[in-house]
Amino acid sequence: MSEITYREAMREALAEALSRDERVFLMGEDVGRNGGCYAVSLGLLEEFGPERVRDTPLSESAFVGAGIGAAMGGMRPIVEIMTVNFSLLALDQIVNNAASLLYMSGGQFNVPLVIRMTTGAGRQLAAQHSHSLEGWYAHIPGLRILAPATIDDARWMLWPALEDPDPVLIFEHGALYNEKGELTEATPGLDIASAAIRRAGDDVSLIAYGGTLHTALESAEMLAAEGMSAEVIDLRCLRPLDTEALVGSVLRTHRAVVIDEGWRSGSLSAEVAARITEDAFYDLDAPVTRVCSAEVPMPYAKHLEDATLPQPVRVLEAVRRLGA
Amino acid sequence: MNADQARQLLSSVLHQVAPDADLDDVGPDETLQEALDLDSIDFLNLVVGLSESIGVDIPERDYPELSSVEGAIAYLSSRTGGG
Amino acid sequence: MGDFTMPSLGADMEAGTVTEWLVKPGDEVHRGDIVATIETEKSTMEIEIFEDGVVEDLVVPVGEQVAVGAVLAHVRAPSAAPLTAPRTGAPASPGAPPVVTGEAGKVEGVHGKPVVLSPVVRHLASEIGVDLERLHGTGAGGRITRSDVERAAHTVTRAPEGRPGEAPRPDAGRARASPYARRLAAEHGVPIHSLAGSGPGGSVIARDVRAAAGVRAEALRGAAAPVPAGSATKGRTAMRRAIGALMARSKREIPHYYLATTIDVAAAADWLERANLERPVNARLVLPALLVKATALAVHKVPEMNGFFLDGDFAPSAPVHVGVAISVRGGGVIAPALHDADQLEIGELMTRLSDLVARARNGRLRASEMSDPTITVTNLGDLGVETVFGVIYPPQVALVGFGRVSDRAVARDGLLGIRPCISATVSADHRVSDGHRGGRFLAEIDRLLQEPESL
Repeated sequence: MSEITYREAMREALAEALSRDERVFLMGEDVGRNGGCYAVSLGLLEEFGPERVRDTPLSESAFVGAGIGAAMGGMRPIVEIMTVNFSLLALDQIVNNAASLLYMSGGQFNVPLVIRMTTGAGRQLAAQHSHSLEGWYAHIPGLRILAPATIDDARWMLWPALEDPDPVLIFEHGALYNEKGELTEATPGLDIASAAIRRAGDDVSLIAYGGTLHTALESAEMLAAEGMSAEVIDLRCLRPLDTEALVGSVLRTHRAVVIDEGWRSGSLSAEVAARITEDAFYDLDAPVTRVCSAEVPMPYAKHLEDATLPQPVRVLEAVRRLGA
Repeated sequence: MNADQARQLLSSVLHQVAPDADLDDVGPDETLQEALDLDSIDFLNLVVGLSESIGVDIPERDYPELSSVEGAIAYLSSRTGGG
Repeated sequence: MGDFTMPSLGADMEAGTVTEWLVKPGDEVHRGDIVATIETEKSTMEIEIFEDGVVEDLVVPVGEQVAVGAVLAHVRAPSAAPLTAPRTGAPASPGAPPVVTGEAGKVEGVHGKPVVLSPVVRHLASEIGVDLERLHGTGAGGRITRSDVERAAHTVTRAPEGRPGEAPRPDAGRARASPYARRLAAEHGVPIHSLAGSGPGGSVIARDVRAAAGVRAEALRGAAAPVPAGSATKGRTAMRRAIGALMARSKREIPHYYLATTIDVAAAADWLERANLERPVNARLVLPALLVKATALAVHKVPEMNGFFLDGDFAPSAPVHVGVAISVRGGGVIAPALHDADQLEIGELMTRLSDLVARARNGRLRASEMSDPTITVTNLGDLGVETVFGVIYPPQVALVGFGRVSDRAVARDGLLGIRPCISATVSADHRVSDGHRGGRFLAEIDRLLQEPESL
């Protein structure tokens, strides 16, 4: 087994998809000649040609709409949007068309579209490029929302997403691209529906996804040094949520801390907390607690950005508050 | 106090001590304590109740006279100048 | 506002029915007031309230059965409660407010010298109720720093508010408890109000309940066998089942050992007869009172008989609350507590015992009486039984049994005589004591009964 980066894993996934199914093509801003804003698609233009790897104008609404049309017409498009911030320009296409057409057409038209985009902060890209709005998309029925946080998930989630007959959004946290790790060959049973236990523990459940998985794992390590055993749950699929896994973990640990880079108010973390409270209330030994980003647009300055994001030290404080 | 009144008093005091005990369950040859399953504290409470109701002290040496229904009625009647 | 909840009145209680409300909305209540009667599978009991306040509304109507922990009524805290007293700049620590002198906010330090405090520290201390006067500063020149206050706050929150078995502090209001802790408490018959919380803000969390119930998490996960619910479980069958479950648990978990001895009670009987001659009828004593008192005093000599086996350890109890086994008419047995039996003068003990028996028979027991006996006495002698070897009430560790008084031929001082005797037994927990200590215990009861005037 060789060590590869998250970026390379994603690129391998794209190459695999382009090779396996001729209906698959990739389009987005700078994905071709420039190799992708985050260099994910570097070399793919040369390998698969301009028909399959298409540069688009800076017009999110237009190229997402084109993707929807192509999907309805029988293709399997992968549309890349540079960041989730910019995806708001295509919100109408994603929410009003991609997510709804199956229902509005009485089941006549499904939209087998995959949209990839970068999310999250941590690279001093300020409020223009750093927000975590995946929670918004997780609100929309008709969409499946994925958040690969590991090398394996980056590598193996794309194909099942393409096989899904309905639109799937994949959120790639920008801070993960340079993460290195060993790739497991085609993990059997790797699905795009369930959460995963990344570290088993008894005293508290740390629930995270995407960019906060590392925060959670780091926190668990620090807690272990204090003699506390934390379980780390990686949501993986933000919609539909794997409620059973969340509740199952809380039934073991009786405490939960949700770590979400999104803002706390009206967030995915709120949804997770609510589900735990609804389904595991009588097993809770402390209120469900959340560690989220400070409620400000992401600052540019490094120390301010660090102060805004959920850090392990805040997770530890939260765990201590629970009396664990 | 005549025999009927004495029986009624016995019954009502007994009811306070042992709510589900019934004088009619006590055979003529049986003792109250055995027939009604009264322990020593129940019996003492019965004596206290009777003593307070008739306003007369009932010494410990008289306890045997209260052991049966008939005996108790006779005792109560005599101590209250009735019968 | 506090919730007045269905208390757990014993290790086997799951639900109760309100049979009578003794208060109505608008009534002022005080800690210890009897506010309702509750019917459980085992009996009807009066229940006390643990806080002062005004009844806001009655949530559960008479006749309705609800689970342990369910809210029965809402109680509004009295408006003059110290908790709502106006805040000043001074720390809000109860009892000993620090002396804030002068506008600079100087506080007499531990060593008597004034210490300058930063506004941040003062604000923080007042916010979280830390008594600055008692802090050692670790900053420059002994200054109290922000982290000193935070550390102190941490200790304050973590410090236990009382030992299990003690009533909650009056100013603490209703015990805050996590849902999981409540569920565990209900499952294990632990009265949650009696627990000291070690969770956030002094709240009761699962580990507090486990500590009190002596139940390990592993055991819980494995062995919790749900008991079928339903209205068919009412009445005698239900009580039988409840006793069965508790006794089965006792026999399953407690390694009993049994000892018996015969005690000459001539001295006690003579003393009683003489004492009763001088006593009015309503103050007369019976032998069981002496037996209870002797048992209560004997545990001073052998404290391994008095307390609870919890969480793998014996927790001795300083107070001696003697559970008195009382048979319930129509079948069944309950063993409510005679509180502080070792401290009661014999006449007072007799009055209380008599009252306890009467109330047990009338279904008017109080919640606290049901939940906290530290040792139990059973006296089947009145029914003619010669010897009784009892089953220990978990989590207690000993049960003393007395048989009937009977005349026996006894050799004494080289002469054979007829003496009234009683058989005394002890069933004790081998995890806590051995036969040797159990023997000492019975010998001490014997010794005490030979000097009835000292009881």
